[in-house]
Amino acid sequence: MRTCLVVDDSSVIRKVARRILEGLDFQIVEAEDGEQALEICKRGLPDAVLLDWNMPVMDGYEFLGNLRRMPGGDAPKVVFCTTENDVAHIARALHAGANEYIMKPFDKDIVTAKFQEVGLI
Amino acid sequence: MTPLDYEFLRKLLKDRSGLDLSADKQYLVESRLLPLARRANLPGIPELVQKLRSGGEQLTTQVVEAMTTNETFFFRDKIPFDHLREGILPGLIQSRASRRSLRIWSAACSTGQEPYSIAMCLREFGPALAGWRIEIVATDLSQEVLEKSKAGLYSQFEVQRGLPIQLLVKHFTQLGELWQLSADIRGMVQHRQLNLLQDFSHLGKFDVIFCRNVLIYFDQETKASIFERMAKVMEPDGTLLLGAAESVVGITDAFKPNQERRGLYQINPVRSPRGGAALLPGLKVVAAR
Repeated sequence: MRTCLVVDDSSVIRKVARRILEGLDFQIVEAEDGEQALEICKRGLPDAVLLDWNMPVMDGYEFLGNLRRMPGGDAPKVVFCTTENDVAHIARALHAGANEYIMKPFDKDIVTAKFQEVGLI
Repeated sequence: MTPLDYEFLRKLLKDRSGLDLSADKQYLVESRLLPLARRANLPGIPELVQKLRSGGEQLTTQVVEAMTTNETFFFRDKIPFDHLREGILPGLIQSRASRRSLRIWSAACSTGQEPYSIAMCLREFGPALAGWRIEIVATDLSQEVLEKSKAGLYSQFEVQRGLPIQLLVKHFTQLGELWQLSADIRGMVQHRQLNLLQDFSHLGKFDVIFCRNVLIYFDQETKASIFERMAKVMEPDGTLLLGAAESVVGITDAFKPNQERRGLYQINPVRSPRGGAALLPGLKVVAAR
């Protein structure tokens, strides 16, 4: 079973994402911020990361930079999932190494389409 | 809804659009037409049917549009567009090198996601198609969806279903809550209202025809008629793309399945003497090639 790290400071969003992704046969690991997510990745890299942008301690953008610099850190498919819904943020995320980008609010169809797009399904 | 009202609606939809509703689709009719009845200040379906029976032409058009408008999204099913990029277009770029023109038809284009996905695929070929005359003809029965398609304006939900983020950034501009396709991509698509039940020979010849997830609603005879007429507007080496759950097999032999790429069909140069009738006894072939 593939693993997906869900990184979001909102427990509601994590719960919704977990329900959708478990339905797509992913095993879910949760983190509340970038720092927690980075610690989890140091113990073992997931297949996918669903990543919020604005979080306390370490934001999604900074986490992504750290992840991509780790040995093997270019392997996980990273899908941003954020309320930062403007072209400038999207372009910045892609430049930093994001594979896809979900603009909140989202639903199961969008998550499925995006995960299909990056070859996770 | 009374059985008589349902039969009336079934016949009306069959006559106007070819939509072939089975006997157990009352729920679909109710879910699509009840909002329409309310908008027309009618309490329910029986009153809507009563008004239709008295010949309300505008209301009839709205009913047909409400029942035939289907969900769509960018790069729907993905694989047909992989075929387009990897097989069909490279082949056409070679075979049409002297005439430098391509014509693609998106039949039943709905709100435009299919023809615009085709246009974005073509743009990926860049210099290989520079200077070519490219026509993407997008047709639909519904004027309402054609207007939406022409505007090229999509909600945040719509642009997130099937459209890779790189293409969103490249081809769309954010307009408040909406996203608009660039004038370049919109300009590649010509829109025309068309009922597939009626003659479409005036559209001219096509190299590629996308006709996906629309014929499933038609009966066998109507499908056979449409396939026969599509074969006549298809270049001899052209390609027809159908939806994942659709096929020509058992309906017509005007087309034959592509052996290497599923969902693709080519003109059949070797037809049985009786055409589609040989494949499906009792089927009336509308036009022989």
